[in-house]
Amino acid sequence: MTGWFTAFVAINQRELIRFWHNRSRLLSALVRPLLWLLVFAVGFRSVLGVSIMPPYETYILYQEYIVPGLCAMIVLFNSMQNSLSMVYDREMGSMKVLLMSPYPSSFLLFAKLFASAVLSLLQVLIFIALCFLVDVDISLTGIVLATPAIFMTAFFLGALGIILANFIKQLENFAGIMNFVIFPMFFMSSALYPLWKIRESSEWLYWICYYNPFTYGVELIRFALYQQLNSSALLVILSTTLACSIAALMTFRGHKHA
Amino acid sequence: MPNIVVENLYHSYGAKPALQAIDLIIRPGFNVILGPNGAGKSTLFSLLTGILPAQKGQVRYDQQDIKTQRRSIMHRLGVVFQQPTLDLNLSVQQNLTYFGALHGITKVSVMRQCEPLLQSFGLAERLSDSTRSLNQGHRRRLEIIRALIHQPQFLLLDEATVGLDADTRQLVLNTLRDYVTVNDVTLLWTTHLMDEVQSNDALTLLHKGKIQAQGLTTDLLVQAQCNSVFDWYCSLTQTVEAM
Repeated sequence: MTGWFTAFVAINQRELIRFWHNRSRLLSALVRPLLWLLVFAVGFRSVLGVSIMPPYETYILYQEYIVPGLCAMIVLFNSMQNSLSMVYDREMGSMKVLLMSPYPSSFLLFAKLFASAVLSLLQVLIFIALCFLVDVDISLTGIVLATPAIFMTAFFLGALGIILANFIKQLENFAGIMNFVIFPMFFMSSALYPLWKIRESSEWLYWICYYNPFTYGVELIRFALYQQLNSSALLVILSTTLACSIAALMTFRGHKHA
Repeated sequence: MPNIVVENLYHSYGAKPALQAIDLIIRPGFNVILGPNGAGKSTLFSLLTGILPAQKGQVRYDQQDIKTQRRSIMHRLGVVFQQPTLDLNLSVQQNLTYFGALHGITKVSVMRQCEPLLQSFGLAERLSDSTRSLNQGHRRRLEIIRALIHQPQFLLLDEATVGLDADTRQLVLNTLRDYVTVNDVTLLWTTHLMDEVQSNDALTLLHKGKIQAQGLTTDLLVQAQCNSVFDWYCSLTQTVEAM
């Protein structure tokens, strides 16, 4: 059992070291949502009124509305960044070292996803700490309750990233992931606007957002931050995480033969 | 005895066969697979490590099939790939401990095991250096040390001296030959460099995806009435070309 633990810790440690070496990644991970919060949300707060809707008990400022969406955005970008580093590992050969480990692929994949989720969580917590500076009202209990929600969403998106990594044959193709996965996933969700508001403008867009699993990650985090459980979001995230993890495991094993 | 047994191994990329009917027994000692570029050495290497699944045939390590008992085999297998596989974001020590941990070995044990090799490969003073700062020769030495961390019974090295200067090549070869003798391991060395073959090596010539000859180097030279591995190699490969 000690050997498994040693391997698990080493995989996590390696991801943390790599993240620490690449501090600009942390900076850009924070600048992106902060720009949305401090520029986009401030500009739109007078245009967009968000009426009372769960989990909120009163009218809220737009700035407050988009915080959970921006938390999910950090997780989304970090997970996709991880898929990029997986492609890098494959190109540089270090993926072979991992695959030559005697431990099962499922365990190695779990360790990698766990490491990615820890990194996502760290970044989100730093972002939430910065949110306090702009008077976004989130309780400490909410943050504690949101931790598993962020973790689960990170697992789902991490697994999705690993599936995508299988389709990225070269590092240069990452722009395609930005355009065809990250942006549509983020914009066509409840991260920036509530679904009822989207439905008022476009029925078809509403249905896309409705079926976008990222929406449920955002809602799971949103409800948890306000100390509530969105059980349908939990169910969707759990089932998509399971489905994506199985698919990720199959593609991860396929990395051997890539 | 820790043997690697390859039976009727076949692999193709699309319609083009890369390896055909490969039968091999790799016994303890220094085993060399010699062949020109494109002979199928790297494909064979990938099949031996399980990186590629065998389309036909079997690879067994001590009766254990790599398809079904991969985990157990990986505990006893050390590999140096032709392509560099170090993590350049980690230090020398971190690369070693990371690999050790992937085999369930603690940092203390890794460093204890590596110390003599780090000394003989001239890397003992560079443990905290970034791997990125190492030259190609030092990186290759580090990869070889790393492959020995878990004291494998089987060692596979694919063109491990490509791109190294003559001194480093000699150092690597001598260290590994000593290691094989002292530890009684089964080492497979694939190369296209004929001067790396010694008279007491078990030699296999791979050409155009087929084994053209195998045996003890001295016996092979006597049989073919050749004075050097170079002559022997040329005579056999030219015969194949003419066919």
